[in-house]
Amino acid sequence: MIDLIGYGAFFLSTALIFSLVTLGLNLQWGLTGLFNVGLAGFVAIGAYTSALLTTPDDPARLGGFGLPILVGWAGAMVVGGVAAALTGIATLRLRSDYLAITTFGVAVVVQLVALNAQKLTGGPFGIGFIPRPFGSLAETPLLFNLSNLAVVSAVTLIAYLALEHLSRSPWGRVLKALREDERAAISLGKSASFYRVQAFAVGGAIMALAGALQAHFTGFIAPDNYLPILTFQVWVMLIVGGSGSNLGGVVGSILVWAIWAGSGTLTSFLFPPEQQARAASLQIVAIGVMLCVILLVRPNGLFGDRPKRPRFGKRAKLAAAKSGSGS
Amino acid sequence: MSLQFIVDGLLTGSMIGLGAIGVTLTYSILRFSNFAHGDFMAWGTYATLAVVSAIGATFGKMAPIGPLSFGWSLLVALVVGMAFTALLALLLDKVLFSRLRSQGQAIIVVMASFGASMALRSLLEFTFTSRPTYFSRAIQIAMPIGFGIRITPDQIALLLLTAVLVLGVHLLMTRTQTGRSMQALSQNAALARIVGINVAKVVRVTWIVGGSLACVAGVMIGILVQIRPFMGFDMLLPMFAAAILGGIGSIPGAVLGGLIIGLAEAGAVQLIGAEWRAAVSFIILMAVLFVRPIGLFGVGER
Repeated sequence: MIDLIGYGAFFLSTALIFSLVTLGLNLQWGLTGLFNVGLAGFVAIGAYTSALLTTPDDPARLGGFGLPILVGWAGAMVVGGVAAALTGIATLRLRSDYLAITTFGVAVVVQLVALNAQKLTGGPFGIGFIPRPFGSLAETPLLFNLSNLAVVSAVTLIAYLALEHLSRSPWGRVLKALREDERAAISLGKSASFYRVQAFAVGGAIMALAGALQAHFTGFIAPDNYLPILTFQVWVMLIVGGSGSNLGGVVGSILVWAIWAGSGTLTSFLFPPEQQARAASLQIVAIGVMLCVILLVRPNGLFGDRPKRPRFGKRAKLAAAKSGSGS
Repeated sequence: MSLQFIVDGLLTGSMIGLGAIGVTLTYSILRFSNFAHGDFMAWGTYATLAVVSAIGATFGKMAPIGPLSFGWSLLVALVVGMAFTALLALLLDKVLFSRLRSQGQAIIVVMASFGASMALRSLLEFTFTSRPTYFSRAIQIAMPIGFGIRITPDQIALLLLTAVLVLGVHLLMTRTQTGRSMQALSQNAALARIVGINVAKVVRVTWIVGGSLACVAGVMIGILVQIRPFMGFDMLLPMFAAAILGGIGSIPGAVLGGLIIGLAEAGAVQLIGAEWRAAVSFIILMAVLFVRPIGLFGVGER
């Protein structure tokens, strides 16, 4: 029973860290319509920044500055936000696809730096000895897991409330207006690219915070944690939950992580150890197909808030015909 | 530095360029960046490999052609693989992309292509495992051709093949009615529909050209480097960068962009080291976006 509670707390902490990334993505995509396929890169930036700032001094690489954990988290948010802002400035005045391609490139480059810049990131072996908020409790796993869960839930709750507030604020309304009808919003004197860069930067900062949180939760990071599969998982979480809804993002994250972890346990029962890697790839296929099916069948997800007024295609024609006959 | 990087760069550039043709066509005609394009490459290569092995199993091992490392069976298999990849692209369009396109949100299609790319790649990993394989394990002797440059017969053959294919696609686009319809649709979709261009046919041709060229590029990687499920995914960033550098919609631009990126990568490998190769495309991409976002041969947004 105690084991079960401990595992539950561990599972929920991981799911909530994912939901923090999803909240960041929801601000970028759900609210503002900015497509980020390199979010693993921003998560990695946060994790490495915080690790560099807080770990004890290590002669093999730069720093290990031994600063308090909260400083590490703040640093992660600043660096993640600046990286996102720069990406945004480069691409947001261009077509939306260019942002997608560039973020994809950011993730590739961050991965390269994490792997090769040994002086900065520890290379393929990553960084260890990252201080954990309740490291002294590690001897009693239950208490340790529960206190971690408390920290992660608190951070996620704060981010959630802040984002809810932001999306209802004038700032959030401008973002929604830009998503729904860019021309109308610009005609009201709102600078489209300025607001978009802001939204992208705040989203990037939240992702970086999630990365930092995860780093301090496990105490060890390596480049392998930030492969494209992470980006993919978070996207599925947001789409399942329903893009545009913060609640949907959180629920979707917990749900998809449950499916992911559950199917992982299932494959480890069903397949012999030497087939595990192959079975894991089948798991990805299933999730990929799931994403496509949801996009086709229920693009709004569970709690979605997409543009109510279709502008192109069949549905737009239908809507136009309806409103025409109605009036 | 040795001038060998020119040959290496031209070869990498050919692979990137052939892939970028598909990317640029999809982008300009279907108006979305297809993240599954790299996986078309990998699927085409594995299909070709499967056909080669099947031919080898039924008719016995074929002797290589002249000094090359591969025999006629590979060429036959390549044609089958190209057809297979084109069919795969058409199928994916039918079940996924065309439905989402009709819903009208371009960026949803991009996301679907991202999901499809993950699924396709992992399916390859499941079927063939992530262990690299090869078309041939024979080692070719590189011939010196002066200025300290060496080149193998395979490399010469593949460069020639690239040149022929690029010329072919260029002629298709500029000299045939289908090609002109494709250009019309990419320049002004609404007007193209009004003058009665068969949009469904243009979309089909786009996927066929893009898919089969992706297969050729993949097989080139297979012959010169190795075959892995991730081979196409790793080419994605260079291909996108080449398409944007050349100017979206321009086939000569895509090929030239590919060659420039290939040469830059090969130069960087000599100067900085192979581990930073993938960053080259990103730097070029960023430079293009800041300095000239419409690319070398691009035209402004319409």
